[in-house]
Amino acid sequence: MNEVLLDVRDMAVSFGGVRAVDGLSFTVREGEVLSVIGPNGAGKTSAFNCVTGFYRPSSGSVRFAGTDITGKRPAVIAASGIARTFQNLRLFGDMTILDNVRAGMHVRIRQNFLDAVLHTPRYRRSEAAATAEAHRWLDFVGLRYDRTALIRNLPYGEQRRVEIARALAREPRMLLLDEPAAGLNHGEKAQLLDLMRRIAGLGIAVVLIEHDMGLVMEVSERIVVLNYGKEIADGTPGQVRSDPAVIEAYLGVEDGEQS
Amino acid sequence: MHNLAQLVFNGLFVGSFYALVALGYSMVYGIIKLLNFAHGDIYMLGAFAGLTTLSLGSGALGGGFLALLVIMLVAMLATGTFGVVLERVAYRPLRNAPRLSVLITAVGASFALEYGIAVAYGPNPRVYQIGVSGGAFEFAGARLTYAQLAMMAVAVVLMVALDALVRRTRTGRAMRAVALDPKACLLMGINVDRVISRTFFLGSALAGAAGVMAGAYYGKVDFLMGFTIGLKAFTAAVIGGIGNMRGAVLGALVLGLLESFGVALFGSQWRDVFAFAFLILFLTLRPTGLLGERVTERV
Amino acid sequence: MVMNNELPTPSGEVGEEASAYARAVDERGQANVALAGHGVGRPRARLAGALSAVLASRWLGAVVAVLAVALPLLNADTYLIRIATDALIFVMLAVGLNIVVGYCGLLDLGYAAFFAIGAYTSGVLATKFGWPLLATAPVVVVAAVAGGLLIGGPTLRLRSDYLAIVTLGFGEIIRITANNLDFTGGPNGLYGIPDFGDFGLRSDIAIYWVTAVVVCVAVLFASRLGRGKLGRAWRFVREDEDAAEAMGIHTYKVKFAAYIAGAVFGGLAGVLFAAHQTAISPPSFNFLWSALILMAVVLGGMGSTPGVVVGALAISLLPELLRGAENWRYLIFGLLLIAVMIFRPQGLLPARTGEPKPRRRFGRAARKPSEVEA
Repeated sequence: MNEVLLDVRDMAVSFGGVRAVDGLSFTVREGEVLSVIGPNGAGKTSAFNCVTGFYRPSSGSVRFAGTDITGKRPAVIAASGIARTFQNLRLFGDMTILDNVRAGMHVRIRQNFLDAVLHTPRYRRSEAAATAEAHRWLDFVGLRYDRTALIRNLPYGEQRRVEIARALAREPRMLLLDEPAAGLNHGEKAQLLDLMRRIAGLGIAVVLIEHDMGLVMEVSERIVVLNYGKEIADGTPGQVRSDPAVIEAYLGVEDGEQS
Repeated sequence: MHNLAQLVFNGLFVGSFYALVALGYSMVYGIIKLLNFAHGDIYMLGAFAGLTTLSLGSGALGGGFLALLVIMLVAMLATGTFGVVLERVAYRPLRNAPRLSVLITAVGASFALEYGIAVAYGPNPRVYQIGVSGGAFEFAGARLTYAQLAMMAVAVVLMVALDALVRRTRTGRAMRAVALDPKACLLMGINVDRVISRTFFLGSALAGAAGVMAGAYYGKVDFLMGFTIGLKAFTAAVIGGIGNMRGAVLGALVLGLLESFGVALFGSQWRDVFAFAFLILFLTLRPTGLLGERVTERV
Repeated sequence: MVMNNELPTPSGEVGEEASAYARAVDERGQANVALAGHGVGRPRARLAGALSAVLASRWLGAVVAVLAVALPLLNADTYLIRIATDALIFVMLAVGLNIVVGYCGLLDLGYAAFFAIGAYTSGVLATKFGWPLLATAPVVVVAAVAGGLLIGGPTLRLRSDYLAIVTLGFGEIIRITANNLDFTGGPNGLYGIPDFGDFGLRSDIAIYWVTAVVVCVAVLFASRLGRGKLGRAWRFVREDEDAAEAMGIHTYKVKFAAYIAGAVFGGLAGVLFAAHQTAISPPSFNFLWSALILMAVVLGGMGSTPGVVVGALAISLLPELLRGAENWRYLIFGLLLIAVMIFRPQGLLPARTGEPKPRRRFGRAARKPSEVEA
């Protein structure tokens, strides 16, 4: 069994009386593909936001690769090796596709303001290397558009691809995908499945929030089911599928059926 | 001038002006999360509207307190309407634009208003032909003029009326609802646009009233008089808790008192610096203000 | 962590033969396929295309700079030199504010504060301590940075509306303080500020040349900053702060960098101003100035260096053409600001979006990834 990478214990956060996350505990191991599922309002995105530092948990702890990251600033948490995508696709709309991917690798680019101002050889090298690497990540996710175009001109499915490329450019140890299949058609979902497998092939742990059960069952090694801010089941797809608590929460889930 | 009671009274007096303007600021912020940068200039507009009314109706109104009330009402109507027009023309088209755009537009509106008045009335200060002097009395060592008391009374009446409106009428409930959740209001069939217009009307009318009273009390008006008042009103709203109407009043009174004591300690040329220093202090240490609610922003 | 050049290639379209897209990816070349709504090859309106091409040309800036420096050789009329110096100083202020507002999206309404800090620092050092003006420049930079740290510290944590008003408040604080202290000359200000030194030329031409060189360099630096890593970070923060944080970008520090960069530009412009005017007083640093600089940035095109330069020239030179109607001018500026925000928020000469013209074809296998840490 691989090392535990992410260790969430008894995490809780409330919004004005609503307990979005209520004593949630789960782990993610190195390189595994984990899905987080649950009815709407179960606290999945809130849990993601707590882990990535956008919300400060009111109690509980989050440890990543042995370090306590509870309540730290998102930038600090991201720098420690966690990358994420957003449910509502938060790309940098008025910038090019390449620039968006460069955002992911931003902190790794070795260039300071003097380099930029004086156009030193280091500036030229770092810019060229960044561009080349951005292209490689876009190739990896299979983006087939003119990459100098503005991102908001792209179709939705392609924008999702770029968001994943941007997250991958962080070279994270763990990638959190928040509903990556939302709004995708059948063919696009098949490509997403393939992409997630290839990401896992790179050794990156993938944690995804998803509603498409077919996709979840196909790609996950393990599934955590949330309801009312707490985990109600945690196991392999087969175990979760037949777990009575899960069935009750969902009012029945059949193979391939969307919830 | 260092008599404690006098300082307190002066502070409360100035604070009541600030309160009228801060209320409008806070109301508009509460409802559309916009700091109407031109709000202080609406106060100025009220003063000038009063000036024009005065010169138009000169003689017929006399020069006393009654005249003041009449021109104040006229000015309130004028500024209220202007506030509605401003929202419609400059802010509504940008409802979905990034914050920066709306703020810049507000700066433009402020500028246009200031220099529009400068063009129309000339850049020099204009005199207010109203005699609101007349007697004073002593209380605990402080000198309270009837004029000051009368104005404070008017301010209080206006604030109480607004409070009643917001807490007890349908309009007021709608305003509070839209401030909390505009989308839900749309779903409930509330005409959000109209509620916003009404908020602008009320806030601007109050500012206009304050402008008239300021003109009458200080005896003169100029096209830049709204600039500092706008900043002070914002400071007051922040001290009390932005978006919170009672907070706006509380903050204004606190600011008035702080300024009064500050001036006594440091001299009147530092008055504004003192006020802004408090603004920065509050924003740094207690951004939600004295009565404000905690705002966690959802990602 | 696997990161090598043998990344698995993307799988082809399900059930279809390799399209132009897929071939392009495999060959790692440009996919010459049309985007929805555009024809192949991106046709554009001819005039706009030609104009953009001219403006995007790397040589335009050089030509303008040469013209600016050569001006006194063409026409050394005192009046012309004076307004040209004023215009250049205004350009520098606009370019500096552009970093804060245009690149990073922070609405600073008190930018004149840094202008004042620069002018007064060099003015005081020159008149009260006898420093030569050029020597005051480093101190001015330090003062501007210190001012930026002090003002930015509490301010940059705030959301945009509050930021705007607080920066305005700081602008007023600086102005009122300068007005109240004897040390800064009180309401009368400082006078008798020396120029940059006698280069054997007419004094105002010497000042003009120093100004022209400084401003041209400043514009170049600002433009290059915007195109580099930090400039991208500014734009990321401007576009979407949360997403930028999620990328590991420390938004508070990035905002600070923008603010301080702007402060330095403003401060140095202040030195030029002090030399040019030989006398400075508080009214030169009031909100009207901050607002006019902002207008130059907004009307010209936020985030666009050529746009901002044009905007600054327009705002500083037009009044010379329409003298006497000052208040009308400001009224029109105010109305223009509203109109621009509603109808053309990108300004006269919008910022160039898109990649810089490549000199070599990118998309080939990585060359020297050493400058990007693996």
